[in-house]
Order: sequence, then structure tokens, then C-alpha cells
Amino acid sequence: MTIHQTSLRRPSLRRRGFLVSGAAVAGGFSLGFHIPFEDGAAHAQTVKELNAWVVIHPDDKVVIRIARSEMGQGTLTGLCQLVAEELECDWNKVAWEYPTPAENVARNRVWKNFSTGGSRGIRESNQYVREGGAMAREMLIAAAAAQLKAPAAELTASNSVITHKASGKTVTYGAVAAAAAQLEPPRQVKLKDPKDWKIAGKPLKRLDTVDKVTGKQIYGIDFTMPGMLVATVRACPVIGGKLKSFDAAKVAKMPGVKKVVAIDGNAVVVVADTYWNARTALAALPTDWDIGKLGEVSSDTISAMLKEGLDAEQAFVGNKTGDAKAAIAGAVKKVEATYSFPYQHHVTMEPMNATARVTADKCEVWCGTQNGEAALAAASEASGLPVAKCDVFKQLLGGGFGRRGRSDYVRQAVLVAKEMPGTPVKLIWSREEDMTHCQYHPITMAKLTGGLDAQGNLVGLHMRISGQSILASLLPGNLQNGMDPVVFQGLAASGVEAAYGYNVPNLLIDHAMRNPHVTAGFWRGVNTNQNAVYMESFMDELADAAGQDPLAFRLKLLKPKWAAVLKAAADKAGYGKPLPAGHFHGLAQVMGYGSYVAGVAEVAVNPDGQLKIHKITAATNCGHVVNPAQIERQVAGSFAYGLSAALYGEITVKDGAVEQTNFDSYNLMRIDEMPKVETVLVPTGDFWGGVGEPTIAVAAPSVLNAIARATGKRVRDLPLMHHELKKGV
Amino acid sequence: MAVLNVNGKALNHNADPRTPLLWVLREQLALTGTKYGCGIAQCGACTVHIDGVATRSCQVPVNSVGNRKIVTIEGLATNGTLTKIQKAWVEADVPQCGYCQSGMVMAATALLAAKPKPTDADIDAAMTNICRCGTYQQVREAIHAAAKA
Repeated sequence: MTIHQTSLRRPSLRRRGFLVSGAAVAGGFSLGFHIPFEDGAAHAQTVKELNAWVVIHPDDKVVIRIARSEMGQGTLTGLCQLVAEELECDWNKVAWEYPTPAENVARNRVWKNFSTGGSRGIRESNQYVREGGAMAREMLIAAAAAQLKAPAAELTASNSVITHKASGKTVTYGAVAAAAAQLEPPRQVKLKDPKDWKIAGKPLKRLDTVDKVTGKQIYGIDFTMPGMLVATVRACPVIGGKLKSFDAAKVAKMPGVKKVVAIDGNAVVVVADTYWNARTALAALPTDWDIGKLGEVSSDTISAMLKEGLDAEQAFVGNKTGDAKAAIAGAVKKVEATYSFPYQHHVTMEPMNATARVTADKCEVWCGTQNGEAALAAASEASGLPVAKCDVFKQLLGGGFGRRGRSDYVRQAVLVAKEMPGTPVKLIWSREEDMTHCQYHPITMAKLTGGLDAQGNLVGLHMRISGQSILASLLPGNLQNGMDPVVFQGLAASGVEAAYGYNVPNLLIDHAMRNPHVTAGFWRGVNTNQNAVYMESFMDELADAAGQDPLAFRLKLLKPKWAAVLKAAADKAGYGKPLPAGHFHGLAQVMGYGSYVAGVAEVAVNPDGQLKIHKITAATNCGHVVNPAQIERQVAGSFAYGLSAALYGEITVKDGAVEQTNFDSYNLMRIDEMPKVETVLVPTGDFWGGVGEPTIAVAAPSVLNAIARATGKRVRDLPLMHHELKKGV
Repeated sequence: MAVLNVNGKALNHNADPRTPLLWVLREQLALTGTKYGCGIAQCGACTVHIDGVATRSCQVPVNSVGNRKIVTIEGLATNGTLTKIQKAWVEADVPQCGYCQSGMVMAATALLAAKPKPTDADIDAAMTNICRCGTYQQVREAIHAAAKA
């Protein structure tokens, strides 16, 4: 199997004969360094595209262009499947390439959205990428009609071959691609009915695997070019603090050091010949910081700030029906519980990095990014050059999870490279820098109050969220009259994105915004995560108070699509049927990212209080299934992510700074704790939903609910590592 | 100039003797398949074999290696033929982002050399590498498949 990542024209690279790495030369050996775009550049000069999405080479190779970023979620394979399905090409001939953000801008955003977040890759681009494939197919058929001298209507296309059945004549895509590329694209194309899919909808293998098991895959951190220097950064340990002074002379003569620079008034950077030399010098660099009153902030002060919000007068209303407070006041039984969810770190396995080269009239960046156009804008702003003179060459990401949607590391790399015009500089963050300078999953608490009538029916529910807003942290311009609508993910009154599934006659969900200085950001699953912990834990507490089974209690309240997916998970898990001795089930459901999901956790807690999560059964209705095998992997992975957070994830603050610095203080789930995850797909075919994120949200609450069944203990504050699960303790 | 025995070749480098092997491999010898994840031997992304033992190269000063045999991820396949572990990894479509997978494959290779038919408990004990995408289920499946191959 060979895998090609070809590329669009990148003249600057070709001109410099980008063949062997600088590091390889320095070591005195040419080691066949893999440059991912070398062979594509040669092709692109001679082969004209059929359209923005499809290039077909004379040898029948099909190059499909992917605008979204691949970070492990499999979007490039899924998007290629959708294009190939309509194109009717031979899947074994498919290769892919990234257009660059600058090319997108120059071509009037022909590839549309470059950003990759919110599980949007497939659900929001499926229409136009399929149309791109279908249009290319029609152009190939038209060109074949001319060549075979047969009416286009009598031609069929399949597996990269066009056939005229009456005459038995055939022609391959490669043979007519050049002629097809000269034709006008059709105005309209009819897309296939998904029930006729042959490539899409199938459990095909990923297109990017082999290089990842041989060490050939180049990530941003591996990128190198002749003459490149390597830098590493230390920003003020307190986010929002400033750099007061530093003593460059103390490290200037250390091995390999080329330059010491301050950037943005809040960070120092050492540039050296290698990362190790840069890091060693940075560790020895005396710095002094101005942190002001931020130094008085700790996890305790943040906690007090959030607690105050739980009962505060002012709050933004996210979802309201009837009069919840009156209904609860008049209820036969009142249930109340307060929960909390701590700051989380994304922990991409590849630390933040970017390589930049800045000259008087050009700024180039090579990096992994979830948002190529934002990275381009950051490059332009930091270099002071117009966007038209900048470009970003996207590398595969060693994990994204929302962290690489931000361009802080791109800005830093460009600022440093600007200090050394013409010299490429790769900026690598240490894990310690990464751990302490993230945009963390926001910290929140919630107080839920519910009222039951004499029959145990839920008559009123008030959910008060108190805590941090991501939009206030990162995109204050997107607040709506001060309110952050994203806070209500999974709780929204309506909409196709993340709507609340329970019919509650009197409902109030509101948010007291409390924003500590520690930056909040988008963390895989975002606000569905804690919202599902709060709501789904409380649904179990309500069911207990009503003396009802948690599944039956939920099914009475849930709208049809939400109920159907929960029932599918429960049925598959054998909910309600006898389990092995000591095993207990817990349930959770949510709608997020356009999909309906539910999970059933099967856990055991031994007499010593040790938790074992045996199995997760997870159901997803994402509307359409583009690749069931990759969905299975995303769902299993989402539980590794969500359960790692539930078990261990917690960023704490002391003297204004994040306390965790590396994996010894921020533990992560390993293989020995990974439960078996069984994925149940129940697509209804009437919408397109996302897959990468939604199931994370049911990971923690399904396990917490199962733990409560197993031990009688209700854990309301994560992470679980702080809780004693042993009975009687 | 110092010499390292890497993937069957004698390779020269001029790094400071205390530099971790990881960074000598990556920056002096252009073997970037070995990854930096934490620098404190927690995550396993930097796993290489030193005389056949899976070792986290971020905590190995290069001057401590001597002439012991180092094998990196680039040294597993011979003439483009993947090892049975690598083949099992491709067959099970294990990697997602892939960043931790070099270390996973190196750890699994050492495991199978020591225990050709590992149990789930053996896998749990040997495979302590961190994967954030959550490929653990496929990692386990691929190791069992390779053991049967």
C-alpha cells in the first residue's frame, strides 16, 4: 500500500530544493527524510484540476482536496469517501492533499470553511464536497462522450472507468481528465441516494495509517528545513501576568544559543540550534514577572466565586418553560443537589509548535492547526504583512481536541521569526509550558432543584449554572447582550445543534457568569460535558426520589429521538436484565453536535472501594453514517477522553498559576483502565450529525450513575480520584 | 564526534553528552519517528529499544548508551516490509492522530518478543503508553492479532 499526500503548488519550497533536512545534513547523513509535499508539487504543475475538490492524473490517480484538518478523527478519510462516492472513482487510486488557507482566500473561499471543530467536518461540508465529486464525474462523462463519439446519456461511470454499453467501449478517467478539465462544470447535479452508496457508508480503512506505524509521518514538531533554528518559550506562569525583566547575558554564551527575545510583553524565548540547547538555556534564564493581584487567586477563591453565583439574583436565562420556581415550591417532594466540574487540560500528545519564516514581503508558517484561516490571520497580524503575503502550510496534528483551534503558538512563532528575518524558526513548547498555558475546559458548578408530585412526576426543574464562559474568555464579541449561549449546549430550548430532550412542564435553566482569569477554551465536547454530568446525574437522583427506575423515569419525559437512542443503548446493554454479581448499570443521554447519543456504563466497585469500569454501550444517531468503522473508533476514543477526565482530570490554581506541570501531576487514563466500548449505530437518515464529540458527554454521568447504584454513594464533584468509594467510609 | 549504533548503522553526532537520546535521535540524526511527549518518561511516546529493551529515550543521557544497539521505529521494517506488529496495526486500523503510535508499536514489539502470547493482563502491564485519541481498544486487538500471526 502506498499513501500519497500530494500538494498544491508551493513555489517557494520547490525553488529551495526542499529535499533533505538540515538536521540530516548536520549529522553528516542523508537518511531519506520524508518530505510530505515533494512529489505532489511536480504533478500539480502539469495536471489541471477538474474543480477545487478533484484532480485526476493521467495515470488515473485521483487527488481529493480536503479543507478540514485531520487530527486523528478520520475526517479526511470520510470526506474523501463522500467525494469518491459521487465521483464514481476507484477508491484504491485515491490520494489527498490540503489546499492552503491563502489559496482559499485568493480563490474567493472556494473550499469554504477551513476550521475543524464542533464535529462539523462531515456534517457541514457533506453537501458541497459531494457536489464537487458529482460535478467532476459529469465533466469526465462529457469528455468521454466526445472521445467515444457516444451520447453522454448512454455512458455510465464506475470505478474510474466510463463505459458505453451499446458499443462495449470504455475509457479511463485518466485518459479523459485533461479534456474534462477544459469543460464548463454543470450548473446542477443530482446527488445519490445514500441507500445506493458503495464507498461512503462503508467501514473503509483510513487513508493515513501506514506512515503512522513506520515513523514516517511528519507532524508540525518534526518539520524541518535548511537553516532552521529552534526556539522554546516561557510565558508568565500566571496567565495575564507580564514580563518585568530578564537577563539574556546569563545564557547568551551557552551552547547553541543564537538569540534571546521577549515577545508580547509576557514571554521570553530562547532561539538556538536545537530544541535541547534552547530548552537548557531557557531553564537557566533569570526572569522576573509582574503578576499583580492575580497572585491572590487560588482554586479556593475561584470556588467561592462560583458558589456565590449558585444563588445570585442576576443570571442569563437559557431555557424557560412555565414557572419552575413556583412549581417546585408547590411540589409534594423537593430534590436539590449541587455539582461541580473542574478545569481540564486538552493534553494533545504533540505539544504546541509552529515553524515560521518572515521576510520583508512574506510570512510562511508550517504547523498543525484546527483553524487554518485563523492561523493565517494570526500570521498576518504578528508579521505586520497583509494576508495576501502570508500563508500557512498545514501539517497533520498530533491531537487537537479544540486546543489547536487557537493560534497563540502561531503568533509567538511569527513574532520570534520576525526578529530573525529570513531564518526559519521552529518554536516548540515544552510539556510544562503547554500544561500551564492552555485555554482550559471552563470551570463551573450547578445547583439543580426539582419538584415531584405525589405520583413521582417531575413538575418543575431549575438548573442554575455558575461559572466560566468560553466566549467571554476567547470571543467576547460573540456574547449576546452579555450572555454566552454556548453555555447551554445540550440544554437549549430548540434547534438542531444541542437541544434539551426532556419535556418538563416548568423549566428554568440559567447561568450566573463568573469568569476567573484562567483562560477558558473549547475542549472536545465543550459544555455538553459538564451539562450532561449535572443533568443526567440529577435525573437519576430524581428517579430515586420518585422511587422509579432511571430508564423508565427518563423515557416518560424524553422526546422521541432522544428516547429512541437511549432505548437502543439500554436494549443493547441488556439494561434491566441480570448482570454478573457486583456489576451495576448507569445511564446517560444527551444531544450534542447535531447528534443524539446515549451511554450505558457497567461498573463494579470492590470491597476496597476500587472502581472497575467493565463496559460501555454507546448508541449514536448521527443521521447518516459515512464510515461505521471510524465512528466506532471515535466513540471508543471519546470514552477514553471523557473517562480520563472523570477519573483524574483536574487543573488547580495556586498563587494565580496553574499547579499541574506534566503527566506526573496530571494523570491520564492508560490501557489497563479502558473499558470495552460497544458502539451501536441507529441512524435515522433524516439529518447530518457530528460524531467526534457528542458521546464524551455521557461518559462521566453514566459511570457516576452506575457508581451510585453500586455503592449508594453519589459523587457530585469530579474528578473521581478524590472520592472514597469504599462502603461505610 | 560520538558514535551511536542505531538501526544497525554507526551514526555520528556532536550533541552535548548529557543530551537525552530522544533529542539526539530527533535533531542530530533526523529520526523524528521517536516523539517528544512529556520528557519525564511518563507517556512512552519516545520509546525505543536499547539492546532489545523498550526504553523511554527522553530520560536516557546519550553518553550512557555506549555501543548498545538502539532500534527506533524507523528500524523495524526491512526494505519496506512491515513487521507483524506493524501489519497488525495497519490491519486493525489502530492509529488516530498517530502521534503516540511509534511508542505504542515499539512497546508492543518488545512485549511480543518477551511474551509471544500475551494475556490481557500482560498487555495492561506492558503497554503503559498514553494515547489521548483513545486507540486502546484497537491496540489490544492488534497485539492479540499479531500474537496469532
